[in-house]
Amino acid sequence: MSNDVLAQLRQTFFEECDEQLAELETGLLQMQDGATDSETVNAVFRAVHSVKGGAGAFKLTTLVSFAHVFETALDEIRSDRLEAGPALMKAMLRASDVLADLVSAARNGDDVDEALWRGLADEIAGFCGKEKAPSPAAPVSASDPAPAAFAPQPMAFTPQPMAFTPQPMAFTPQPMAAPPAFTPQPMALPSLAPAPAAEDAKAGGALRILFRPRVELYEKANDAVVLLRELERLGAMTVTCDLSEAPLLDALDPHGAYLGFDIHIVTDRDEQAAREVFEFCEEDCDLVIRREAAPAAEAAAPAAHAAAAPDPAAILNALRPAPKDAPADPSAAAPAADPPAADKTAAKPADPARAAEEAAAQRAAATAAPATIRVDLDRVDRLINLVGELVINQAMLAQAVQGADGARDPAVSGGLDELDQLTREIQESVMAIRAQPLKPLFQRMSRIVREVADATGKKVRLVTEGEWTEVDKTVVERLADPLTHMIRNAIDHGLESPADRLAAGKPEEGVVRLSAAHRSGRVVIQISDDGAGVNRDKVRAIAIGKGLVAADAQLTESEIDNLIFLPGFSTTEKISAISGRGVGMDVVKRSIHALSGRIFLKSKRGHGSEFTLSLPLTLAVLDGMVVTVDGQTLVAPLSAIVETMSLDAGRLRAFGASNAVIADRDGFVPIIDTAAELGFRPHRRVVGGDKGVALLVESEGGGRSALVVDAIQDQRQVVIKSLETNYGRVPGVAAATILGDGRVALILDVDALVARARGAASEPLLAAAG
Amino acid sequence: MTDTRDTTSAAPIELVAFRIGAQEYCVDIMAVREIRGWTPATTLPHAPAFVQGVINLRGAVLPIVDLSSRLGLGAAAPTERHVTIVVQIAEQVVGLLVDAVSDILTVTPEQMRPTPDVASETTRQFVKGVFAMEGRMISLIELDQVLPHDQREAA
Repeated sequence: MSNDVLAQLRQTFFEECDEQLAELETGLLQMQDGATDSETVNAVFRAVHSVKGGAGAFKLTTLVSFAHVFETALDEIRSDRLEAGPALMKAMLRASDVLADLVSAARNGDDVDEALWRGLADEIAGFCGKEKAPSPAAPVSASDPAPAAFAPQPMAFTPQPMAFTPQPMAFTPQPMAAPPAFTPQPMALPSLAPAPAAEDAKAGGALRILFRPRVELYEKANDAVVLLRELERLGAMTVTCDLSEAPLLDALDPHGAYLGFDIHIVTDRDEQAAREVFEFCEEDCDLVIRREAAPAAEAAAPAAHAAAAPDPAAILNALRPAPKDAPADPSAAAPAADPPAADKTAAKPADPARAAEEAAAQRAAATAAPATIRVDLDRVDRLINLVGELVINQAMLAQAVQGADGARDPAVSGGLDELDQLTREIQESVMAIRAQPLKPLFQRMSRIVREVADATGKKVRLVTEGEWTEVDKTVVERLADPLTHMIRNAIDHGLESPADRLAAGKPEEGVVRLSAAHRSGRVVIQISDDGAGVNRDKVRAIAIGKGLVAADAQLTESEIDNLIFLPGFSTTEKISAISGRGVGMDVVKRSIHALSGRIFLKSKRGHGSEFTLSLPLTLAVLDGMVVTVDGQTLVAPLSAIVETMSLDAGRLRAFGASNAVIADRDGFVPIIDTAAELGFRPHRRVVGGDKGVALLVESEGGGRSALVVDAIQDQRQVVIKSLETNYGRVPGVAAATILGDGRVALILDVDALVARARGAASEPLLAAAG
Repeated sequence: MTDTRDTTSAAPIELVAFRIGAQEYCVDIMAVREIRGWTPATTLPHAPAFVQGVINLRGAVLPIVDLSSRLGLGAAAPTERHVTIVVQIAEQVVGLLVDAVSDILTVTPEQMRPTPDVASETTRQFVKGVFAMEGRMISLIELDQVLPHDQREAA
């Protein structure tokens, strides 16, 4: 049972990781584009930090080590100690890729080759070291040795109480020491050891808080009184004010801070509760929070300063920001000597405190974020299926009522209309559950761009548009492979090398544009590059060389462009790791087809190429035209139909032995006898123009054909049912649906029908290309 | 219990027996999902002759195999009196069109006799074995063979 719970937690962790990783990448990309505001940097930091935190809980040490290095660098950027230059950002983006890899390896329980991340980790750590060295924050880095050493660091907060102890040591031995003297932390650590006593104490006991506000605290409009009142909520409180620092009136700076507070609270709550009170001013005060459980625990604390520890006043003394003889203005003090340095040293151990701050911020974000729930996909699909049934049932009911006398009753027909509307609304709402923005997919592409750009030595910028366009989840998932392939192609084959680009008068950096938009009930995705465009002579030569077209074939430009979709076509002579692994654009095309999508290529020599994908928003329903063909009811997808026209004898022309064409605005369109193509009739009928309707359809590559059907019955939305589950593929049929009368109707695969008809008309080139 | 097992080396199985013309056939009851009346099917293009078409089985698209045609006994001319036996074959659900269901038999595997050595390859291909009961001869259908192989692989 507990294993189940653990597995579930793990599952949730990885799901959250995916979100954090997406957030991380978004943030990093924004930073790369120059957004260095603290909100963005914080968001990035938070993302890495959450991954690290969760990973720590599941003992994923590799992940923790790497995330730690990453996080450290981000923290440096966040506190303006490190500049987010292009080189660093590039490393950061790579780090986000590696982090994603490590997460997925952890998820699959794979072993990770240390080489995968060690190099990058060192590189990033190097950035930190290099930038930090000259800064006065040097002591900080001293506490931050080889990243690996920190790897298993749990999220414990115990070290905090002693964070401030270094100070006394700072001035006892050598008051004006050079900076190296300010690596006091390691020395301070042993004195931390007894702190666990604090954790043991659960019930009963008290909190001892030593709180000395600094000038900055008051400058930021915080008030010690308010904080003390807040503390009082934790339990019965006794406060002793330490006035020892207060100067005589003549020496008193009205803006100075002289008071310290020794607070004792009887409470069950832990240090964290108290620390939360100081959440917003922790950096502006000296703070020691300690749990005082039993006297035994107290006694067990062999403080570093035997004299100081048991006596709160002594601790307070130690906490005093500056010796009396030091200049009152801290900024005047030598950086090595006093408060500033002390502050800095304090800042780093306060990291866990910052983590707490982050956690709090996240909690706040969680409450503010739109309420969402995680739902098992199976449940959604079951719901969608049920609604599909409902739609069919509603149609059947409507049909039955229409046949009966009831239809004449306004109450019945009105009720039916309402039911119809409601069903449609329910269906749309349910479909919307499955709709997902394309953003994660686009984000994956930015990684592909980075990888391929690195591998090819080309400079590439990915511009994305319309990433919030929503599409059915399955469509999003199944787009990943073809998109990846096309992006790779765009960089590998489309873009020229930097040198060639400069020679052609283009900027060195190539642009790959990925855009998505909803257009008349479909989603249109475009992948374009500003590269060299399709080299038509080369494409043609290769196609001829591979026997894909006859040497003397007359081809239009668009026909040549579309040759790249032919199976077995690949323009790279050598097989590179990036593209051309023996699969080519034909595979892309097939995957797009499988999604009932279409793909077109437009290209201009010297200016680049543009692939346009047109996809249905969902794979569950389809707008179709219900037609009759040889007594059978069929559905033609509306998306394929350009227009319908009557088979007017005046517009028909016989063409050859068994073919005919129909006059269209732009010329003659070949006629396809749907019944014959589907095998309902053994022979093609040269249409005599006596009866029937032609559906003018546009197939791949823009070619038009006229599908002849007997009659058009209706135009409606139909629920797509798989024919393959229980039977198999049927040529010319895309899927099936169930109509209002409860019978199955087949949905035509227009492209396949056209291809088949053209194939039969012995045009092998187009048959293959179509 | 123990006694029963001692006398019969394998547990008895139940079979659904049905008629096609004058002949009797049966299928393992464990494969049968339901038995329903005949409904007109939607013709499938480019389908083998024995595939009648597809019908709507509570929202799923169910292919109907004319078993008479499949067994080489001539195409059935389905009427309201025909019956569809819905069977599960591996991952697929298929309807078998038969003339009528006769009864449910309980037999033991040993009672099965090998398929008589007849010349017709079609018959031998679809019959796993025969049972002789009360003067009747009932052939057990080899369900795996009912759908053509390419169809199953494509699915």
